[in-house]
Order: sequence, then C-alpha cells, then structure tokens
Amino acid sequence: MSKVPADLKYTKTHEWLRTLPDGSIEIGITDHAQQALGDLVFVEVPEAGRAIKAGEPCAVVESVKAASDVYSPVTGEVTAGNPRLAGEPEVVNTDAYGGGWLMRVRPTPGGAAAALMSPAEYEKLQQEEGH
Amino acid sequence: MGRQTPLFKLHQELGARIVDFGGWDMPVQYSSQIGEHHAVRRAAGVFDVSQMCVIDLKGARVRPFLRSLLANDVDKLTRPGKAIYSCMLDESGGVLDDLIVYYLSDSWFRVVVNAGTRDKDLAWIRRHAREFDVAVLERAELAMLAIQGPEARAKAAKLLSRVGAATALELDTFVGREIEGWFVARTGYTGEDGFEVMLPASDAERVWRELNSLGVASCGLGARDTLRLEAGMNLYGNDMDEKTHPFESGLAWTVAMEPRDRAFIGRAALEAVKAQGPSRKLVGLLLEDRGVLRSHQKVMVAEAGEGEITSGTFSPTLERSIAFARVPAATGAQVQVDIRGKLLNARVVKPPFVRFGQALVR
Repeated sequence: MSKVPADLKYTKTHEWLRTLPDGSIEIGITDHAQQALGDLVFVEVPEAGRAIKAGEPCAVVESVKAASDVYSPVTGEVTAGNPRLAGEPEVVNTDAYGGGWLMRVRPTPGGAAAALMSPAEYEKLQQEEGH
Repeated sequence: MGRQTPLFKLHQELGARIVDFGGWDMPVQYSSQIGEHHAVRRAAGVFDVSQMCVIDLKGARVRPFLRSLLANDVDKLTRPGKAIYSCMLDESGGVLDDLIVYYLSDSWFRVVVNAGTRDKDLAWIRRHAREFDVAVLERAELAMLAIQGPEARAKAAKLLSRVGAATALELDTFVGREIEGWFVARTGYTGEDGFEVMLPASDAERVWRELNSLGVASCGLGARDTLRLEAGMNLYGNDMDEKTHPFESGLAWTVAMEPRDRAFIGRAALEAVKAQGPSRKLVGLLLEDRGVLRSHQKVMVAEAGEGEITSGTFSPTLERSIAFARVPAATGAQVQVDIRGKLLNARVVKPPFVRFGQALVR
C-alpha cells in the first residue's frame, strides 16, 4: 500500500504539494505514482526563473518502461528544480515525499490552481483507480 | 482479460505487475525491473515465455518445405537438435515473423514463433505446408521457461537426474534435445548463456518454485526487453514487420542468398533490393546526452535525412540510454534525436551493446 502523508495536498494526476514556511510550494510525485512507474532512470526538472501555468507539463519522469509528464498544480515562478535528481533519479523511488521533490514554485497571488485533494480524498482516488 | 499461461496464478502470487502483451496477461516485473535485469547479467533469472507458439512440422518433405518457407536455409542444420534463427517473409520480402527452427529428425522440425503473430503465422504455414504434405501441429499444451544468466545452466541442471543434468550441460549453443520429458535447448534472448525449456504445463509451477529456491530470480517482460536490446536482438513489431525487409532491419546475416537456386518466399523481392542497395539500415545508438531514447522518436542525420528509433530504453548495464534506429543508408557515426523538441546527440554503434555480462560499447 502506498504512503499518503497527512500534511500534504494532492492532485488527481498524482502530484503532491507542500507549503514551505516562505509561502512557496514544493511539488513532487506521489508514492503511488513512483510505484506505478517503476525504477526511475531520468528526471528532467524546470530551471529556476521559469514561469509556469497550472495544468502545464513542467517536469518529466522516466522509468525504464516509459516517460511521464508532471503537471504543475499552480501558476507561478519556479524558484528551484531539485538538482540532486540529475545524478540520482532513483531518489524519487526511495524518498518520493522528501529528497525526491521535483521543484519549488512561488505562486502568483490570485493565479489559477488545479483542484487539490486532501489526503483522504487522494486515498479514495487510488482505490477507485483500482491500485 | 487476455489469455493466460499455466503460470498466471503463480505470477499473481509472486506480486507481479501484469500487463497485456500481444493478447496475453503477462508479468512485466515482480519487484524491480532493473534488479531483475542485473540478476540475469550477474547470476540467473527465469522468464515465463509460454505465450510463445511452438509448432511441430512433420512429414517426409518437411525439409524442402522449410527451405521454401524461410529466408534462412535449414540445410545448414545437419545435426539433430541444432537450431537456426530465421525470418519468415512474404512475397514482397516483408517480415511476417522471426522464429527459431529446430531440426529434430528428417521428418520432424519444430518452430517457435511470436505470440502476437500466432494466428497469422499458423495460417501462413498451413497454407504453404499443403503442397509439401507437411502436418502442422501446434503444441499449445507445452509451457516454456527461459532460464538465463551465467549461473542459469548449472542451476537448471539441478532439477534433472544426474544423467539428465550431464546431458543438458553438454548441449552446444543453439542445440536442443528431449531430456526426461522436457525439451531443453541452449538458446535465449538475453545475451547470456542459458536454457529455454519446453515442458508439460503441469510441471511449470513446481519447476519455477524450485528455481526460485535455488536462487534463480523471477523476471518479467520488462527485464526481458532491456536484456534483449542490450544484446542487440530485434523485437518483432518494433524493429521489423511486414513493411520492412531483413536488409533494412539488421538481419541480412539471417538471409541465406546462397545457394542461388534455393527458391524461398520473398527471394525475388530481396534480389531486387540487393541489386539497388538498401536505402535504409538498422543501427545501434548510444545517447551521449542525458535522457532516454524511445521508439518512434525522430532521428536527424546530417546530409542524409531522417530516421526513427524502433526500440529504445535505458540500459541498466551501461547506465545510459541505447536504441535501435532505422536510418538512411548513408548515415555516418553521429546523429541527433528529437526528444520532446530538444535535439540530443547520439553515437552510431554496432550492436550488441552487451554480451555475457560485458559492455561492448563505451
């Protein structure tokens, strides 16, 4: 069974969001998503300074099997892409909610955002998807 | 739900992720695809390949039949048990399938064809067998296991009697024979030593569990694909199909144009291609930049045009991305691949990328 930490928000496309003390948002893919993808071998994260819109593909995670887009849940400016993943993409498998974060975004005030789910709602989604 | 092999329930019990593969519900991985890949390169792994279709061909004229049916020449097979790899072509030289054919006796050959092409192959073979009075018998009751890796033969032999084990361990490469009710062949699709074993479906689960207890890892189709690509082996439907001929699929070595008087299906079309020179070729690519090559990505070749990746993956052994690509015949040593709009550099290399655990490209 995959982990769904209680202190995060989730999207229906299997990203998680953590609000950091400075108000920026850290984004990654969920434990469920990394399990479904299998061993990750390549991760491409956006560069700091890039403007992104909610719902837009902003990162790519590739396992041996396949490439998957990661969609930004918020509109804003990227403040950091996780530099560690260039050399150690497997951290997304081993620590999806910690060291495996993909990017940090400073949200545009009043900017569009994807519909977010609570941990309970996300767990329900996983069950409905039959995994 | 698709078709299931005799091992389906065991795969589920072992926690495999099941996917559709040519109409079959097959295990793609058990725990880690990369872990399973390394198990085969470094020790031993077992794959369920029961979805493959085993066909026995029997009749006094089975040899002339196969000399007409196949692009490779079964007259190379002089010793019972010996096998060759061949394409089966249509009249236009397109590849209907690739297969292994075993010479068992002068009136009995066995071919093993792909699961996804089973119906088409059986219809084609039956149609052409008629004029040679050859009986076509599908052996659907057999399960097939591929036990592969440097320790695979020694471990698999432990399941046989002492005499049976000695016989199995004496088999030469690409030779198979009946041993204690199993057909054991020293063949494979991984670039490692090993056996492919055809056995009664009722034995399959017990054998799998015994192999596991001997330290042979359960391996899925995911690892099978990365292993075969590293080993420089084509996958039907990806790297060649009815729209391509062997000369543009890296398979010229499997076509016996000599002796010149052997009239096989597709020969005339191939003669014409040969006279003109093939316009395209299948090459190996090693990605020099970071990323992962995937099938259908576009390949840009300076001054020669464009091509396409036919199979691509991350190579667990090389820890870089590798691929096969069909490119213009004039392609040189360097190409670029369009990955999500970025042009990345790749080097043209001669497959195989890996054999017997050793990297052959740098």
